[in-house]
Amino acid sequence: MMQIIMAWRNVWRNPKRTGIILVAIIIGAWTMLAVSALSRGMMVSTLANALNTLTGDIQIQNPLFREDPSVENRISHPGPVAKLLDQSLPEGAVWAFRIQVNGVAANAGNAQGITILGIDPEKETNLSFYGDMTPKGSLLPPGDDHGIVVGEALLNNFETKIGRKLVLMTQGETQETASRAFKIRGVFKAEMQSTEKQYVFISLNAAQTLLGIKDEVSLACVRLPGNTGMDSQTLNKVADAMRQKLPPDLCLLTWKDLLPLLRGYLGMFDRFILLWYLVIFIAMAFGLVNTMLMAVLERIREFGLLKALGLTPARIIINVLLECLILLMIGLVAGNILGLLTVYFFSGGIDMGFMAQGSEFWGMGRMVVPFFTVKDVCYVNAVIMGLGILVCLYPAIKAAKITPVDAMECV
Amino acid sequence: MDMLMAWRNIRRNPRRTILTISAIAFACVLLIFMLSLQIGTYEVMIDTSVKTRTGHIQILKQGYHIDHKIRQVINTPSDLAGTLAQTPHITALSFRCNAFALLSSSRRTSGGFITGIDPETEIKISSVPRAIRKGRYLNPTDTNAAVVGSLLAKNLKIDIGDELVILGSAMDGSIAATVLKVAGIFSSGMDQYDRSAIQIPLSHFQETFAMQGTIHEMIITCDSLWHVGQIKSAISEILSQPDTQPGLVCMSWDELTPGLIQSIQMDLGGGLIFYAILLVMVAFSIMNTFVMAVFERTKEFGTLLAIGAGPWRLSRALILESGFLTLCGIIIGILAGCTLTLWLAHTGIPMGEAEGMMRQYGIPALLRPELNLITALSGPAAVFLITILTAFYPALKVHGIKPVEAMRDA
Repeated sequence: MMQIIMAWRNVWRNPKRTGIILVAIIIGAWTMLAVSALSRGMMVSTLANALNTLTGDIQIQNPLFREDPSVENRISHPGPVAKLLDQSLPEGAVWAFRIQVNGVAANAGNAQGITILGIDPEKETNLSFYGDMTPKGSLLPPGDDHGIVVGEALLNNFETKIGRKLVLMTQGETQETASRAFKIRGVFKAEMQSTEKQYVFISLNAAQTLLGIKDEVSLACVRLPGNTGMDSQTLNKVADAMRQKLPPDLCLLTWKDLLPLLRGYLGMFDRFILLWYLVIFIAMAFGLVNTMLMAVLERIREFGLLKALGLTPARIIINVLLECLILLMIGLVAGNILGLLTVYFFSGGIDMGFMAQGSEFWGMGRMVVPFFTVKDVCYVNAVIMGLGILVCLYPAIKAAKITPVDAMECV
Repeated sequence: MDMLMAWRNIRRNPRRTILTISAIAFACVLLIFMLSLQIGTYEVMIDTSVKTRTGHIQILKQGYHIDHKIRQVINTPSDLAGTLAQTPHITALSFRCNAFALLSSSRRTSGGFITGIDPETEIKISSVPRAIRKGRYLNPTDTNAAVVGSLLAKNLKIDIGDELVILGSAMDGSIAATVLKVAGIFSSGMDQYDRSAIQIPLSHFQETFAMQGTIHEMIITCDSLWHVGQIKSAISEILSQPDTQPGLVCMSWDELTPGLIQSIQMDLGGGLIFYAILLVMVAFSIMNTFVMAVFERTKEFGTLLAIGAGPWRLSRALILESGFLTLCGIIIGILAGCTLTLWLAHTGIPMGEAEGMMRQYGIPALLRPELNLITALSGPAAVFLITILTAFYPALKVHGIKPVEAMRDA
């Protein structure tokens, strides 16, 4: 206790100097937190966007489908899969069958490559962005086998409107080109223009008829409850449990398998954040060491005296480190509070709309909500505290080496 | 005399000096390297996009770059090309037609983006002829030959010599159909392009799609990115003359791919925020050195004032002292930063597992920082500015010193 009081008094011996280094520590902790919160927000936005754009958390497919998404590589016996999914998914999870093939959409004046999605209109609404979008016209009503829902960008490209016809062409089961006209029922708006141009929705039934496959499907897509994809423990548990009961000719893929690029990207983000911590810390460390060094060197007489009175070098090191600790603690507490306030201030989300095409290029959604996990906060504090104490060892050891003779030499 | 004093003062506390100089040098090295890396990456991204797709400048019918309607054409491209031939800085010019069509191999059907190109001029403009992985690029004598993007070829399960049936709609609304023979397979490095693109000779395209001698885009490349604006205004001048076809516009690469330039701006903006934070950190880190230089010498300054040195002279001496420190740090920083950057530019920085993702954005597997005067000096200049600003505070503080009180101070 005695030592802490002494350290506290020593810290405030030169308030101006202490103030300056505190500002440096506070800014360091604050920006570390703010930057990591923003990066996390971007990561989650990117991931949520990707999962919501039809990937889902888990998919069950024919093992060849991923490499070659054509009608040949389909699930030919969906019955057992449906049973498995109904039984083994946790409470709150949703799933649906889909047909997914590449094709061409055409009308009198235009043609464009698209991905045809045959969906179950009722189930799909909870599964992907199909349900969140605010359509003009209407979504597909159940049992409507002649309607189609397209993106707004596609509609504009084709110079057409709701109620008009659109022809879809694709390769059918017999390798022949299959085509059929559909009536545009509704228009969706998505976060990204490319999504609006890429996907068209028809009913599962209509897609099966178009392709000439009776009740077979391309894949089953699963969305787990309340999971933005970050919680990989739950995901792996569910996935492993289902893999054991899966029919042998099918495979189960999580989003990490389906989007390996995104996974790599998120991993890179994590490393980038750590690098950022380190850079900021080094900039801060120079000031910290310098300040502590000054504090030690101007007290040579004092340390000499303490030594002469019988203080061991270890005690002196502890004294100096305690001063250092007090500085770091004050800085961290203030920095954390500032960081929390910043995140709270932006908790409504930052609208990246002014950079819409730029953020679309990186696959990010429009709204980025910064947040940090407990792990992030621990990391920041551990880095500053741990490394801070480490670099302060240098002035502390310097102080411990001061002998009474040095002190007397110095006036 | 002042210089000498400043120099001696710096050497008074060598440890502090070394720490301060290292902090400044550290900031410089980091800024030089990061800026060079960013700029280097952007240049490659722009270059990839310009060389595979857009060219530096395009002339096209207003709205074509958004709608891609087959009827939005340039009627008499050769006349226009003749007029443009005299414009300086243009290195090459090529005609292109584009259409979307259904591609069928014997085993697969898929949609694809067909571009009609003139093999002779395309070689000067595009990187696709050099990106052939298998087979060969188109010859001027080819008629129904095609080069296909690698991912598209994989999806269609076709190889060199295989036949490919095209089905689309022609300009007059009739059905456009032809059979092509695959001459080559290219891999441009942009996945999105390789997944959908096929190129065929322009003449064959015009015949198949009933273009009647018209084209969609006139692609122009210039000798340097910096001349793009100048050439663009020159071309716009020509296009606005009454004898040219009305409704033609001239667009530069950044207008044609707004996503690319915005993503670069976003990345650069994020980078600038980081640099600003770093600079502030460094400023506060070294501020103590400067502040202490004044406070531990209050007595000395009091004496100097008492024997007749003006306060401004003291300020100047202090600024000189901090300036010395900063300059030392910056020079060391520039040297170390440039060495590091040049070395990494030579070896390249491997991207590891992020490589596949980067390729999506047209960034190659090996990143090479690009060191030039701007990237080498703008970072250190910012460091210099902020440290001198930091140094001003204590230097002006000297003015508040009262000689008598200062000298009494123990």
